[in-house]
Amino acid sequence: MSGASTAHSVVEPSATSKRIAAFLVILYAVVTMVPLAWIFATAWKTPPDSISYPPKIVFDPSLEGYCNLFTTRTRQTDEYIESLGPPQGACEEVTRKREMVIAGPSNYIPRFINSLIIAFGSTFLAVSLGVFAAYAFSRFKIPLKDDLLFFILSTRMMPPIAVAIPIYLMYREVGLSDSALGMVLLYTAVNVSLAVWLLKGFIDEIPREYEEAAMIDGYTRLQAFFKVVLPQAATGIAATSIFCLIFAWNEYAFAVLLTSGQAQTAPPFIPTIIGEGGMDWPAVGAGTTLFLIPVVVFTVLLRKHLLRGITFGAVRK
Amino acid sequence: MPDINAVADRVASATPPSVARAIRGLSDCSIAWLFVAPTIVLLLAINIFPLIWTIHLSFTNYASNRPNRPVVNVGLKWYQDILSSPEVWAAMQATAHFVFWTIFFQTLIGFTLAYLVDRKFRGHAFWTTIILIPMMLSPAVVGNFWKFLYQPQIGLFNYIVSFFTGLPPSSFEMLGSVTLAPWAIVIVDTWMWTPYVMLICLAGLRSIPDYIYEAAEVDRASKWRQFWSITLPMALPFIMLAVLFRGIENFKMFDMVMLLTGGGPGSTTELASITLKRQAFEAYRTGYSSAFAIILFVVVFGLANIYVRALNKVKQR
Repeated sequence: MSGASTAHSVVEPSATSKRIAAFLVILYAVVTMVPLAWIFATAWKTPPDSISYPPKIVFDPSLEGYCNLFTTRTRQTDEYIESLGPPQGACEEVTRKREMVIAGPSNYIPRFINSLIIAFGSTFLAVSLGVFAAYAFSRFKIPLKDDLLFFILSTRMMPPIAVAIPIYLMYREVGLSDSALGMVLLYTAVNVSLAVWLLKGFIDEIPREYEEAAMIDGYTRLQAFFKVVLPQAATGIAATSIFCLIFAWNEYAFAVLLTSGQAQTAPPFIPTIIGEGGMDWPAVGAGTTLFLIPVVVFTVLLRKHLLRGITFGAVRK
Repeated sequence: MPDINAVADRVASATPPSVARAIRGLSDCSIAWLFVAPTIVLLLAINIFPLIWTIHLSFTNYASNRPNRPVVNVGLKWYQDILSSPEVWAAMQATAHFVFWTIFFQTLIGFTLAYLVDRKFRGHAFWTTIILIPMMLSPAVVGNFWKFLYQPQIGLFNYIVSFFTGLPPSSFEMLGSVTLAPWAIVIVDTWMWTPYVMLICLAGLRSIPDYIYEAAEVDRASKWRQFWSITLPMALPFIMLAVLFRGIENFKMFDMVMLLTGGGPGSTTELASITLKRQAFEAYRTGYSSAFAIILFVVVFGLANIYVRALNKVKQR
């Protein structure tokens, strides 16, 4: 027995404690997934199944939730429905079973596209601005550096509603109310603080010697930044971009107060999906599923950088 | 580094001499300002200018639905009104209840989970990723689908509670009852953000070097003693960091609670941000709500200051 392996066994938890820990953690993980699994399952139920008692765990899957999410429908008489030709596609079939016909597309796709445009636009701007500022904060002597960094972070601490009051008035004056550009600018301002702090952490980890070597070889500072630092920071830039994307994608307070039609994103839209006689839970479930799946995928991709992202780069590893 | 040299040669030969001279002319100092300025300008325009405007509005009788009414200076009237308003104090109490209990449960469960995950059982990385998913989701969408889970009679939450306790599922309304609603929002927030505390605590536990435990074993310290004298004190700065982050975030809480209860029933779950939204965007008391926004901002800013100090302490370790 070598000394190293004995020392290892001292801090290594016993097999029993590992088994108990595994049991409890897996139990928590399963319980915590129940609400999500439930909403994903509800998307495949019919409206009566979704509100049945006792709650249905086994059910016949139906496309009605997704059909209702993407369409608007009107109630028609039996005679009128019979006078129409045979139903075209699965959605018309389930709709006609409820004595309704499809009147047109719903607003879900436009709202989803708004979410995409605003999230990607603001992420691109925030990360572009952030990477320059982060490099400057990482490498140069800037007077009042700590105060400036704290100022940048503190803008993120403001309650969103408190910021929304003057932004609402300001946008009304300059004609940015309910516009994608206004939302992009606003989300950029919110995200740039996260981008600067995270990217500064990533750039701090790139040895200065790389740039210095490049500059000795005749690079200017700017060339060294673009050709040496940026490629080295690629992972950090990607992780930061995903954090900014998720923030803009999830944001509700500004979106609900500053947009109404044109530039409305998905989060304020999803709660407004209602059917006849109350919430259309399968359609809400479908809209929620499609909205959440990208975030779940990104969370899995990002798992190694999550800690950094949620602490503004304060805790690494 | 031969590869950099090669790249340098290629770049040097590819850059037109005139451009190179122009770029080379930039000193490090001017590059620093060039890189930082866009971020600062954006934050000044979207955060600081509106903040100053809010301060100005908080001394006037301006109402955003009557922009043409002559604006009169009212001095400190709104501040006096707010600090003596029972409605505001009720909101502050609801916020304090929410912040205290969410932090209490999230720290307790989050630290326990982190401690269990740190037993490093087989598959712990996978289960950790699963547990982390809720915190990345949109709070508004989460609030909306928990409303479905909390439905009396048909909701899954009531069904599960009645399954384990034998209470009839329609005998209690999580969102409709004055006593239960404040706990309903605490449960959802705990579901969503416990993983956040867990992740930070896990980083804390992993930062404790093995040799300290080895030394304790040599000294025959019991596991219990090791936990209280090594594990907890050394993880404490991380726990504090998590608590402060959650404190600031939940003090500003708007979206999830707005979608879940809308502040009701009555005003039992009307948190500070919801009161602010009501005053600003439903009652159009712009001056009053601006003053309230400033008061909230001062409170958050005070918390933020404490947070940055704690953050620096953690960093120094």
